[in-house]
Amino acid sequence: MKFIVNPSTGQPLYLQLIQQVRHAIETGVLQPGDALPGLRVLAQELVVSPNTVVKAYAELERDGLIDIRHGSGAYVSAKRGLKPRVDRLRLAQERVRALVSRLHADGLSDEEVQRLFEAELLFSAPSARRK
Amino acid sequence: MSDAWAIDTQQLTKRYGTLDAVRSLDLKVARHGITGFLGRNGAGKSTTIKMLLGMTRPTSGSGTIVNRRIDHPRESLEARRRVAYVAEDKQTYAYMTVEQMIRFTRSFYTDWQPDLERRLLDELGLPARRKVKALSKGMRTKLALLLALARRPELLILDEPSEGLDPVSIEELLQTLVATAAEGTTIFFSSHQIAEVERIADRVCIIDHGQLVADLSLDDMRQEYRRITLGFTSEPPVADFHMPGVEHVRTSGRQMDVFVTRNAAAVVERARRAAVVSLDVTPLTLRDVFLETVQHSLRETA
Repeated sequence: MKFIVNPSTGQPLYLQLIQQVRHAIETGVLQPGDALPGLRVLAQELVVSPNTVVKAYAELERDGLIDIRHGSGAYVSAKRGLKPRVDRLRLAQERVRALVSRLHADGLSDEEVQRLFEAELLFSAPSARRK
Repeated sequence: MSDAWAIDTQQLTKRYGTLDAVRSLDLKVARHGITGFLGRNGAGKSTTIKMLLGMTRPTSGSGTIVNRRIDHPRESLEARRRVAYVAEDKQTYAYMTVEQMIRFTRSFYTDWQPDLERRLLDELGLPARRKVKALSKGMRTKLALLLALARRPELLILDEPSEGLDPVSIEELLQTLVATAAEGTTIFFSSHQIAEVERIADRVCIIDHGQLVADLSLDDMRQEYRRITLGFTSEPPVADFHMPGVEHVRTSGRQMDVFVTRNAAAVVERARRAAVVSLDVTPLTLRDVFLETVQHSLRETA
């Protein structure tokens, strides 16, 4: 499993990492019991400060998505039903698609739609974004 | 309390003749992390580092490095056993081979770690029998890193480590730095290569004209710092936007750029009530922040 972070988007790197791990778990690319890369290995692979990895793993553990076993690393947690999340995402995607096609029908260009979405997302409070 | 800081200076000043190379610098660098030290050429980065390492005496002010006073000879010596330094020019003895250079350096340190030395030699892919003068600049940087890291320092200070390196060597350098940080070494490195600082640093200190002009967390920057571009059909109501979190406002005709370090949502809210006809919110990059801060301090000193 490879992760990618982009240092010049307006989002902390640890949040980018959290989202990718979460997404991989929600889609089943990462499954309960799977090992996540160690601190040093992942920091070196992403070429980011190890604190980025520490922060991401700590938050994923708090959310019950992974277990950190001291000395042996991080593993995808066994508990938690993830199916509803997948369904919810699918539903959300349909809604976004419907909204975008309505905006297109109103004569807005792709670029304008994109800018509107970005403006909405970028200034939203961090707590709202993390959910 | 001071334990939290790997580097902590108060009003540190270095004057050369009439020039203040470093002026009343209050620099705090947290332990366990990577801090980038950004500034233009001649901004005072190297002079600061030399004072920290006891290589030059401050004109006034004080400071500690790994909790040892920099202007106290015995403590400074003790600090240098715990701190490693990689200089920009990476001066080494050209006539020695890599192997000889390692053996020579090892003899100065009681806490040298032979296992770590072997691992680094292997990881960095250094040719043990080649003469130092026959090494490429990238290889010479790797050798300097090996010599610095094989005694597992508490703090590693690097002055423009990537200067003159090709992209592959820079990538390897950055990888070595993050791996070193993962093992608990605090890293403080000066650079004017914004992109590489942006990738690996947790915090960034910006120095300009010998003064600290910014000290920020890159997480905060990515999360909170925004440029909000507003369009109006009449003259922009600049005064309405002097509010908390707004660093500065710049107008260009009927357009206005608002730079915020927090509270972007409140600014956008106000803009919506102020009959704005276009609204763009873009995250600031470290390059934006650097240019804004340095140009801003230029205007203030002018």
